[in-house]
Amino acid sequence: MLSATYIALIPLLPLASFLLIGLLGKRYLKMASGPIGTLSLLLSCALACITAFQYFFQAGRVNGVFEKITVFKFAWLNFSPNVSIDMGLVLDPISVMMILVVTLIALMVHIYSLSYMKGEERVSTYFSFLSLFTFSMLGLVLASNIFQMYIFWELVGLSSYLLIGFYFDKPSAVAAAKKAFIVTRFADLGFLIGILILSFHAETLDFTTLISRLSTPGSPWLLSISSASFMGFSLLTWGLVLLFVGGAGKSAMFPLHIWLPDAMEGPTPVSALIHAATMVVAGVFMVARMFPVYALSCPAALQVVAWTGAISSLFAALIACTQTDIKRVLAYSTMSQIGYMMFALGVSGYGGENGLGYTASLFHLFTHALFKALLFLGAGAVIHYVHSNELSKMGGLRKHIPITHITFLVACLAIAGVPPFSGFFSKEEILMASYQHNFPIYCIALFTAGLTAFYMFRLYFSIFWKKELSADSHAHGEGGFAMMFPLVLLALFTLGAGFIPFGKFISSDGLPLTSEVHLGFSLIPVLLSLCGIFMAMAFYKKESTLPDKAATVLGELYKASFNKFKIDEVWLKVTKGFLFGIVGRFAAWFDKSIINGAIDLGASFAEVVSDTVRMLQTGKVQDYAACVLAGVLSLCLYFLYVWM
Amino acid sequence: MNAIPLQHILLVSTGLFFIGIYGFLTRRNLITMLMSIELTLNSVNINFVAFNRYLYPTKQDGLFFVIFVISIAAAEAAVAIAIIINLYRKYKTIDAEGADTMRF
Repeated sequence: MLSATYIALIPLLPLASFLLIGLLGKRYLKMASGPIGTLSLLLSCALACITAFQYFFQAGRVNGVFEKITVFKFAWLNFSPNVSIDMGLVLDPISVMMILVVTLIALMVHIYSLSYMKGEERVSTYFSFLSLFTFSMLGLVLASNIFQMYIFWELVGLSSYLLIGFYFDKPSAVAAAKKAFIVTRFADLGFLIGILILSFHAETLDFTTLISRLSTPGSPWLLSISSASFMGFSLLTWGLVLLFVGGAGKSAMFPLHIWLPDAMEGPTPVSALIHAATMVVAGVFMVARMFPVYALSCPAALQVVAWTGAISSLFAALIACTQTDIKRVLAYSTMSQIGYMMFALGVSGYGGENGLGYTASLFHLFTHALFKALLFLGAGAVIHYVHSNELSKMGGLRKHIPITHITFLVACLAIAGVPPFSGFFSKEEILMASYQHNFPIYCIALFTAGLTAFYMFRLYFSIFWKKELSADSHAHGEGGFAMMFPLVLLALFTLGAGFIPFGKFISSDGLPLTSEVHLGFSLIPVLLSLCGIFMAMAFYKKESTLPDKAATVLGELYKASFNKFKIDEVWLKVTKGFLFGIVGRFAAWFDKSIINGAIDLGASFAEVVSDTVRMLQTGKVQDYAACVLAGVLSLCLYFLYVWM
Repeated sequence: MNAIPLQHILLVSTGLFFIGIYGFLTRRNLITMLMSIELTLNSVNINFVAFNRYLYPTKQDGLFFVIFVISIAAAEAAVAIAIIINLYRKYKTIDAEGADTMRF
């Protein structure tokens, strides 16, 4: 049966390893820090597997419905008898799925890093940060309380910041770390306000209670929050949209995506773990967690989610086609795929067949985590081999690094949605859900799917084909067993994951949902993907002038995409021009002249007074004596004539 | 016995007191100032003796106080002269105006 002790160990083991490596690693455990971190992750991954097995096959289903099970909870901060911030662990289908994904990918990344980070000076710091991240992410997905989720949400943001800035002697890494932290922190402000609005009206912070109170039609809490309005929208809409702003910041949705491409300054395994597979899907996870409230009480907020996701997925795919940095292409493709998950949630309804989008979204989250981690780890192996991120420095690597080549190809086929790889199944479900509920978004998704195939295979052909390298230009090989093992294992998962009957385990209402692949429906997306692949093949398999010609034909569009549609510049304008120039200048003026001025006034008054008073101190003993005499005499007079 | 009334004696002591104060405030020579302090102390002594004699003839507390004040004054003179010598060593003068560095 499910036992609180070992489920609590799943997040606590990485915490223990963080403390151990973080406190003692630098001095005593430098060589051992990697193995310690990996071992703790191995244990917690095993525990997660056991938990998942028990939950899905034994304890989780009550009368055919997957229940939310609170295995463990204690009040951490009690505000009033009804409102408290709890620390707890909740098992439900999505959190169980997430602990599986997080521990698995983290384990793979740990193993990979053993070899990738070898010889690094601060290797123990690196592994302690990785452990901290894993702990925080597990705490986030298992959270029983929305405030607990917020705490861990900030913790993953912190560990992401620390790991992006791991090479802190590189100015670009420092700038990227700051950018990631500030942008997500800015979005988290929305998250916090959303939490406050929702919990103020629902009078609880506990997830289960909060969701049931706000999604039951006609409940007093729901009435109170929907009748209160602000600027024409009900507070429920505001709360949910602000919550989503936090999620959009973390999940790099347009227009808060600007931090994600820069976050690639961190070590590549970190990008695989944090900025591809786990942390960036926290936004999707959060919307999925609150899904009943979104779907049942406020479809308007769900529309916002859907369109933000759709726009982000198209936008990122357009940019990814022209970038020349291998990790940046992957970053934009991550953003695009998360956009898929978001709009899948957005078009979904609650319960039964309508909930297909929900299932599809989390299915895609699952498969995407696997193949995107694989892509990043493969990219890491390529970068390790050629010592550069630039596509122009690569080419013809297929014979030099065969294992990386095959696994990378598997991942590319998966993300392009070619059957029978895992990405095909999840993407088909998403397309099906959007086809049923929102036709414009379906069209965007189809186009994006074609683009995805194109840019992924542009990457693939540019790395592994294009030009022929001389056979012995590089002395060292592909990387050791520790680097190849995760690649092979993840490739196998990517091959197999699509066949998991996902709807049986995860659906919006906990009831099993059967979904089958409709061959006729799948024809168009698959054909589009193949088109994309063949186009990439024609462009990039051999060195040719076609890409340049296409760029000239597309002209402005190409330039705009290459410059990432100047979103960074727009944000710079907003921050530098408006925030610093107008708001900041006014605030500085207010601070300098009003607040500082008031204090200065007090100080100068004291100065004037003391300047006058100090003249009394002459240093001559007889003056003092005269004063004493005057005092005594006046006291005498006072006692004689007044007091008597 | 009561040839001299109390008021006369008090007048003498008051006069003595203010002569001492006047001297203390106007003289710049530290030795003279010390002497002026002795005058004020002695005026107090006269008061003690006079009150003791006229108000409580059977008691002797006033006399004890006078002895006490005289001995304190002697000790005080010793300390004051030591201070004056030190001041002289530092400023080469025993003028009170010269020692005015204890100021803002």
